[in-house]
Amino acid sequence: MGQGFFSRGFRGRRRSQDTALPPGQYLVDGFPVLSAGPTPRTPLEEWDFSIVGEIDEPKRWTWEEFRQLPSEEITKDIHCVTKWSKLGTRWEGVSIDTLLKGVETAAEYVTAFCDGDYTTNLPLEDLTGGKAWIAYSYDGESLEPEHGGPARLLVPHLYFWKSAKWVRGLQLTTYDVPGFWETLGYHNYGDPWREQRYWGD
Amino acid sequence: MAAQLRRTLWRLAEVIEVVPETPRTRSLLLEVPEWEGHKAGQHVDVRLTAEDGYQTQRSYSIASAPEDERLVLTVDHLDDGEVSPYLTDVLMAGDKLELRGPIGGYFTWEAADGGPLFLVGGGSGIAPLMAMIRHRAAADSDVPTRLLYSSRSYEEIIFREELETLASRDSALEVIHTLTRSTPEGWAGYDRRIDAEMLREVARSPDESPLAFVCDPTSFVEGVADALVRLGHVPARVKTERFGPTGG
Repeated sequence: MGQGFFSRGFRGRRRSQDTALPPGQYLVDGFPVLSAGPTPRTPLEEWDFSIVGEIDEPKRWTWEEFRQLPSEEITKDIHCVTKWSKLGTRWEGVSIDTLLKGVETAAEYVTAFCDGDYTTNLPLEDLTGGKAWIAYSYDGESLEPEHGGPARLLVPHLYFWKSAKWVRGLQLTTYDVPGFWETLGYHNYGDPWREQRYWGD
Repeated sequence: MAAQLRRTLWRLAEVIEVVPETPRTRSLLLEVPEWEGHKAGQHVDVRLTAEDGYQTQRSYSIASAPEDERLVLTVDHLDDGEVSPYLTDVLMAGDKLELRGPIGGYFTWEAADGGPLFLVGGGSGIAPLMAMIRHRAAADSDVPTRLLYSSRSYEEIIFREELETLASRDSALEVIHTLTRSTPEGWAGYDRRIDAEMLREVARSPDESPLAFVCDPTSFVEGVADALVRLGHVPARVKTERFGPTGG
């Protein structure tokens, strides 16, 4: 569709950084908030993070324990499936590699589970090798609840709905289980550079 | 599952009519070839292409009911936007517009889903809620429905006359306006932004287990959703939709 088609009278507004953007994305300076429902607010003393499923000894950290783990500073571009992108966002958090250190598993997939019953699914290999973090700080400040605080998954190489807000743990599985948006029409993998927004893209 | 996984194709819609709704808002009535229908609350992606091949995309909620003859997008002109000024000021009947959809399977309502419904919208955030109200009317549904709608001024209330007409002949549909910037003389309604106090007065009781839909282009969405939860509403019954403030 669209072979030779152009929109009569449309010039568009290019920006110099557009070359850094995946297809169909545009730059924003702010940080839009997108959620399917109300923002959950779990007190830190009730918060924990766990790794369950295909793992001999499930792991669990309280908030205090989690904050003792070695953390990293991360600067990455992020791309939302609703078309906005934001360049050079600064985060701090714990690498998934750190959380999985010493874990042997037959799992090939992960379901991230969250407060508010949100889930998202990813191949395990997309979370390891320095590609994903559990982030608790944004731009030098504690992560705001609207943006997923106290902690969210950060997987910047995939569309940002995969970077699940209010994350509470990872379930390791040998099979792939589509998550919340993935069962509601959004792409199972979500690579912005291949514009995998919706089913069949 | 396989049938659902088919690709959402780009289609070349024809603009049949451009209807001014308010000084800043236009409804685009579209004829979409091979449109497969939608649920109230869903959106489409619109793609504009310049002559030199430059493209950009945005998402717009569908304002028409599934039963309506034309697909309707109701677009607010954003002064610093890239796409909305083109849609509101340049596009005219006879032009073509590339889009794909319908998209989104969560912020949707069908008459069979029941209610009661509590709809909260601001500005052009009325679009997907209007699709629900129009669908409810077209389906002859008597689900009790209350709309709380925030506009800047009386002149900027989108779909004002249609909402009045629908509510006047349907005792199960209530429309409550609030005006945030200016009010006409003699205005007896709310004249402030939606806040917790207003929601306490207007929202259906949590005891009725209402289904709430909240849509607005700004952060008001989080405030309303949080306030409803504090009033005792079940989070899973509060659905939010939002388009980026720079959605242009």
